[in-house]
Amino acid sequence: MTVNIDRRGTGTGPVLDIDHLEVTFATDAGDVYAVKDVSLEVNPGEVLAIVGESGSGKTVTAKTILGLLPETATSRGAVLINGNNVISVSATELRQIRGRDVAMVFQEPSTALNPVFTVGWQIAEGIRAHAGGPGRRRVSAKDAKARAIDALRKVGIPDPETRVNYYPHQFSGGQKQRVVIAAALALNPGLIVADEPTTALDVTVQAEILELLRDLRDTYGTSIVLITHNMGVVADLADRVVVMYQGDVVEEASVKTLFAEPRQDYTKKLLAAVPHLGRNSASEGMTERAHQGGKVLVEAKGLTIEYPGRLGSPAFKAVDGVSFTVSEGEVFGLVGESGSGKTTIGRAIAGLNRTTGGSLSVLGYEMLNLKERTFKPLRKDIGFVFQDPAASFNPQLTIGDCVAEPLIIHTNPSPAQARKRVGELLESVQLPASYADRFPHELSGGQRQRASLARALILNPKLLIADEPTSALDVSVQAKVLELFKEIQQEFGFAALFISHDLAVVDMLSHWVGVLYHGKLVEQGIGHHVMGAPRHDYTKRLIASLPVPDPAEQAKRREDHRALLGI
Amino acid sequence: MSTNVPVEATVDHRAPLFKRLPVISHFNKSVGLQRGMLVIGLVLTGTFLLTAIFAPLIAPFGFAQLSDADGSFPTQEPPGGKHLWGTTVGGYDVFSRVIWGSQTAVLVIVVAVVLSIFAGVILGLVSGYIGGWLDRILVVVADAIYAFPSLLVAIVMAIVISGGQSSLFGGVLAAAISITVVFIPQYFRVIRAETIRLKAEPFVESAKVVGASSIRIMSRHIYRNATRTLPLIFTLNASEAILTLAGLGFLGFGIEPSSAAEWGFDLNKALADTTSGIWWTGVFPGLAIVWTVLGLTLVGESINDLNDPRLRGRKKAASGKGGPDSSAGDQAAIEAEVRSA
Repeated sequence: MTVNIDRRGTGTGPVLDIDHLEVTFATDAGDVYAVKDVSLEVNPGEVLAIVGESGSGKTVTAKTILGLLPETATSRGAVLINGNNVISVSATELRQIRGRDVAMVFQEPSTALNPVFTVGWQIAEGIRAHAGGPGRRRVSAKDAKARAIDALRKVGIPDPETRVNYYPHQFSGGQKQRVVIAAALALNPGLIVADEPTTALDVTVQAEILELLRDLRDTYGTSIVLITHNMGVVADLADRVVVMYQGDVVEEASVKTLFAEPRQDYTKKLLAAVPHLGRNSASEGMTERAHQGGKVLVEAKGLTIEYPGRLGSPAFKAVDGVSFTVSEGEVFGLVGESGSGKTTIGRAIAGLNRTTGGSLSVLGYEMLNLKERTFKPLRKDIGFVFQDPAASFNPQLTIGDCVAEPLIIHTNPSPAQARKRVGELLESVQLPASYADRFPHELSGGQRQRASLARALILNPKLLIADEPTSALDVSVQAKVLELFKEIQQEFGFAALFISHDLAVVDMLSHWVGVLYHGKLVEQGIGHHVMGAPRHDYTKRLIASLPVPDPAEQAKRREDHRALLGI
Repeated sequence: MSTNVPVEATVDHRAPLFKRLPVISHFNKSVGLQRGMLVIGLVLTGTFLLTAIFAPLIAPFGFAQLSDADGSFPTQEPPGGKHLWGTTVGGYDVFSRVIWGSQTAVLVIVVAVVLSIFAGVILGLVSGYIGGWLDRILVVVADAIYAFPSLLVAIVMAIVISGGQSSLFGGVLAAAISITVVFIPQYFRVIRAETIRLKAEPFVESAKVVGASSIRIMSRHIYRNATRTLPLIFTLNASEAILTLAGLGFLGFGIEPSSAAEWGFDLNKALADTTSGIWWTGVFPGLAIVWTVLGLTLVGESINDLNDPRLRGRKKAASGKGGPDSSAGDQAAIEAEVRSA
């Protein structure tokens, strides 16, 4: 090995220095310039956040740091890690650099771990890969394991001596992410690249992982490059922020400066679009539940939904004795973490899941013994907006055909009538009527979600179920879609069940909020009451762990959160 | 940001219809070795198809012709002169029979593959979408057919269908139907698997939520999305169909020489010739089979590679400064691809 390899820790220069990086992808549609001209550096012990919306080139930049780009990519410029240029080094040297000088934490811990090996083996793999070779001592299996246990202890896995022999499926999502971080730490690299490390996790778990990353930085002086789109996470963890937009660095500033006085218009827009818990609440000023005069459209009494277990194992109770009502014209917000049963309830109301106990009455129809034939006439009064706007449109049909589908099924109109109605609806969701002739892939994510809303509303339904309608969208797009949703709800006056994991989003839209936890409705009340003065412990924890996009406020909240957990 | 894209920014990107047709679109996006393979396959297949279409013009004699104005054909004559590729022991002209044989082959492929696609696609859609006991029975039957050696099934079907008859129509149909029976499970399984995958897609659920009937969901929403892989199986199966047909003919279950020309049958008759050094009766029909199968397989395999973005080769990205022509959508797609890689 060359001399410059062992420079780590001796100098005080930056750990990572990216200089005029350009990355170009060859695609069927010609070359795509994913990263145009990016220069940045990361100092020892610093957390640098790279933020931007999808397509801003932040992930491509992160992958370049580890030399993980696919073959179709060509990169130019320099990415210096401890003096080695990742772009030009040989494959062997690159392998030396990975793990020892720089390691990666991936977005989805369940797919980043290999399910057929124990976590100890997977952590030790990196250690073994870097031992051996000419002039170096091989690491014995025992040593490797001891170091794996060490790494697990560092990331706060309880009882690491036993857990080192566990398989990934025996850990929870948050613990899996800890294991991934442990594997990244095994060789004590100076730099960790974390690509959306908490996006796949629930808020309460996210808070723990952020806490862990901060600890690592404080204790071991590890630098972290944090790739994220969540401004709350940035405010919580980062020291310095680089804002990217369409492959370029738009702004670079310390975290306090960026949030307090953003210089660029794009950054200002981005920050303004981030929903902020407690601001812009739909239930502001309400003291009692609204819309109680009207008819009750959905009424659940002790609703239970079970998924049959596999042979020998008991059924899984996704929803356990939930009671609530949704009245005419009311927006009911349902929040909860993944696995809390919120989506199951929404799907049961739309007749996509069967209920197994209690009573669920939808528009006067008892869903317990659902018969598709008798329920079908009621379907025209229920609209449904799906989470992923890209997948909820048939790719072979035009937007017009997709939006007209409910109309054609229920009222059998003439093509001219259908076209006219589709045009009206598209205009009311602020899309030009000419978009009816386009195919779903020709629209952006936000436009597709508007079209999805148009489809749900074309028959003037009494009830709209929106299942995480904005969680697949970028923040600035999300803000617009939410605003539109609010306007349209006021204009059309339908009742809505709004399902989301994002407390701030739910608060912006809902008059009445229910909090689900492990299939039970632990708390319900007027939106700003629940968000402002939660009564149930879980709600308190949920709200305290939500990072807010304001570094000063977030630092205070962090202390409160710690106090709440008794740390 | 992207919600307010002005109208002219996303004009219709779809290429004209002919450029989106299966093979042509594949040709346009291929480069290097993959394009070479595709072109060779297309040339081989093209010659095969042209030969079949123009067989009456190309072939100097009929497939069952034993004599002309000059009298009976000589038997076992070596290639050259009037009989370009020589004659067989029975006095048939080898060249003419190989040319006419392409017509039989095309006919059998088309009938067999069309029949199996229709049956396979419908069964696959119904079985995959409705599920339950119907699905289980159909899968078991398909698996049972799969378990038989395909040639054995084809032989049994040939006997059942034609009962030993071998007119052109009867013979071709018997061969085609026996191949159909072998192929239905393939189409059935592919379409069923796609249907089961699509059944859980949000756009199908959204059709369910608006109250669409099962038939409407199957025909309007699933069918068109499930059949994307068909051109691929079609080409690969076509080559297999030729082999099965030749196998049937070779074993004597094919078409009599007086009804139509058939390469497998000719190969069978050429068996005895090889020991006596008469090579031309076997080599030419054999080459015809190799030619056709190779052509179809090359086309099929190229399409397979080109359909998969991860296997598809691309031109290296041109060097030069980053341009403004890459839209946010492209970049989002890249980001998704990079993350999943």
